[in-house]
Amino acid sequence: MGREMTNQKPQSEMSYTVEQLVSVNPYNPDILPDLENYVNEQVSSQTYSSNANLCLLRLYQFEPERMSTQIVARILIKALMAMPAPDFSLCLFLIPERVQMEDQFKTLIVLSHYLETARFRQFWDEAAKSRHILEVVPGFEQAIQAYAIHVLSITYQKVPRSVLAEATNIEGLVLDKFIEHHITNSGWAIEKNQNKGQLIIFPHNEFNNPELKKSAADGIPLENITRILPILG
Amino acid sequence: MAGAAPYDSEQSAHGDSASGYDPNYVPDSVKSFVVHMYRQIREKNVYEIHQMYETSFQSISDRFFKDAPWPSVDAVATYVDNDHVFCLLYREMWFRHLYARLSPTLKQRIDSWDNYCNLFQVVLHGVVNMQLPNQWLWDMVDEFVYQFQSFCQYRAKMKNKTEQEIALLRQYDQAWNVYGVLNYLQALVEKSSIIQILEQEKEGLEQFTATDGYDYSGGSNVLKVLGYFSMIGLLRVHCLLGDYHTGLKCILPIDITQQGVYTSVIGSHITTIYHYGFANLMLRRYTEAIREFNKILLYIFKTKQYHQKSPQYEQILKKNEQMYALLAVTLSLCPQVKLVEETVNSQLREKYGEKMLRMQRYDDEAFALYDELFSYACPKFITPSAPSYEEPLVNYNQDAYRLQLKLFLYEVKQQQLLSGIRTFLNVYSTISIAKLASYMEVDEHTLRTILMTYKHKMQSVDSDGKIVSNMDTNFYIDDDMVHVVESKSPKKYGDYFMRQIVKLEGIMTDIDRIKLE
Repeated sequence: MGREMTNQKPQSEMSYTVEQLVSVNPYNPDILPDLENYVNEQVSSQTYSSNANLCLLRLYQFEPERMSTQIVARILIKALMAMPAPDFSLCLFLIPERVQMEDQFKTLIVLSHYLETARFRQFWDEAAKSRHILEVVPGFEQAIQAYAIHVLSITYQKVPRSVLAEATNIEGLVLDKFIEHHITNSGWAIEKNQNKGQLIIFPHNEFNNPELKKSAADGIPLENITRILPILG
Repeated sequence: MAGAAPYDSEQSAHGDSASGYDPNYVPDSVKSFVVHMYRQIREKNVYEIHQMYETSFQSISDRFFKDAPWPSVDAVATYVDNDHVFCLLYREMWFRHLYARLSPTLKQRIDSWDNYCNLFQVVLHGVVNMQLPNQWLWDMVDEFVYQFQSFCQYRAKMKNKTEQEIALLRQYDQAWNVYGVLNYLQALVEKSSIIQILEQEKEGLEQFTATDGYDYSGGSNVLKVLGYFSMIGLLRVHCLLGDYHTGLKCILPIDITQQGVYTSVIGSHITTIYHYGFANLMLRRYTEAIREFNKILLYIFKTKQYHQKSPQYEQILKKNEQMYALLAVTLSLCPQVKLVEETVNSQLREKYGEKMLRMQRYDDEAFALYDELFSYACPKFITPSAPSYEEPLVNYNQDAYRLQLKLFLYEVKQQQLLSGIRTFLNVYSTISIAKLASYMEVDEHTLRTILMTYKHKMQSVDSDGKIVSNMDTNFYIDDDMVHVVESKSPKKYGDYFMRQIVKLEGIMTDIDRIKLE
């Protein structure tokens, strides 16, 4: 679940054992320190494990005295980076209301709100103001840009450059290079629209090109055909 | 096993009508009940055990123990050779009856926990050699989770607790501890190897579903079936904690699109789908929730008449009503009416037609309705941690519910502008951003964000991480033009032809049978 980090490193020794712990013995207060260390490892190595983080939030729910708000903040930032997966909401369901009222969490909730409602301009403005909270997690900006592109590519076949610029918070030469990169690697194309502005063309997928989806629905599952084979035969 | 608590003294402290209750008095019907039940269990007559468990226990309760507990286990033990396991089973029924008809005291809650621990430990050690009816095994797990939920609610109401109660709570802090509850359920799942059994069954290497979980080769069904039902128990506990994602993972081994052991007991069928549907609703997997609610509501409609005499009838009706409320909420967020069957749809319109229209207006009244239906239909969320007994005593039993409600309404609010979009998309096949913006009385920039929000919100991520669309009306944007794509459900020609083939075959077979005189 969540986005593939393009610079994801292979799982370390520690992450392998923690994943095992989470799947084999999750309801165990003793693994709490391991899970906390694992959050920090996810942050520094730019990897992500939603299962392990949910497990930790659950343990915090069982023993609120052991909760570390710093760790929770990191989990939430990582969850934001996993959009469009609903991980951020999943985390909020497990965090007590009074904790969510703290300033840094209120900010993160506002940021999530902007992203959920595609208000990218407001998002980047607020993110700039909250740099001190966000900079602890490397890769944040790229992850959100990936989400922004995802939303654009399921909505648009052709998107004006200005919309792309606002969504990704890049402009000018940097944006040119960005677009070049995706033309080479992601199948994008460009053309000019009537106002001589640039249009970016996304590759067709089942969401921005619904014809692609329809063909799947006409098929009949094999099991149903086997019902009538004796009759036909 | 814990010594017999002085039930009668706790009883009178609680002030109910059982001041005449003598735990040692064993009426003849009870004596004959335990003697027969004991024999049936030893002889593994599952059908008879089921009859006694469902019917006899109920009728004796109604006649003698309407508002008093059954005789204490010590009083009946002599009639059943003091059999350790039978006594544990008797006590399980004893406590369940108490919870249903009376109000348990704190000491009784703790004793019931002890009994479950003993019972599960016996089962986990693999020394049980009985075959018990699925109904009973389901009730054990269901009641175990229910008593846990009840305890958390009870413990969170700190305001009027006496010194004595607080002292007891501190002393017995292991009773109904959330770790304990989860670990017992998990242990039953693991020790029974039920997940592997279900896997191997798919490849024809095991028989489980085909025999409804019963063991016809002289063994016991208890551990396996308890393990199976514990998966559903885990789903329920995780929903109570607000962890919907993990809850759904716990029942992944069960294929809910097919019949299975979970459908062999109506209570387990309904509980499974209710929580499955609810979890999917909270994860924004609206289409999946609608499908499953639709199926179960149709099933209940067709079969509830057969359960009128059963002790579960009231519960069935209650859950039925709650699921209609949940379906109304889900359809208001994601109007995929085509997924709802005729009968269910007409019931739904009768109960919630008006409210659904108002909910789709997304004004203040609408939010009040979402609040009302959610609150009526949601599980009884719990705070799993023990209170700090130092702090001033307040009631915090509503905290968990308030958080889930708040987050749900927050999600509803984020989807506020989407119903306006739908109205226009249903009318136009193409429309420019400028025109649509003016109709919706927003600027173009805002409209673009609304359109992207619609696309994002109407998608969800399924359990395999795949992105799934919940969209009824689809569209895409080409620079500054919106192109609407009507999602006509494709004419199911294949399906139609197949049904006609089968039908014709049936007619021809019938004709063949007619002999001309």
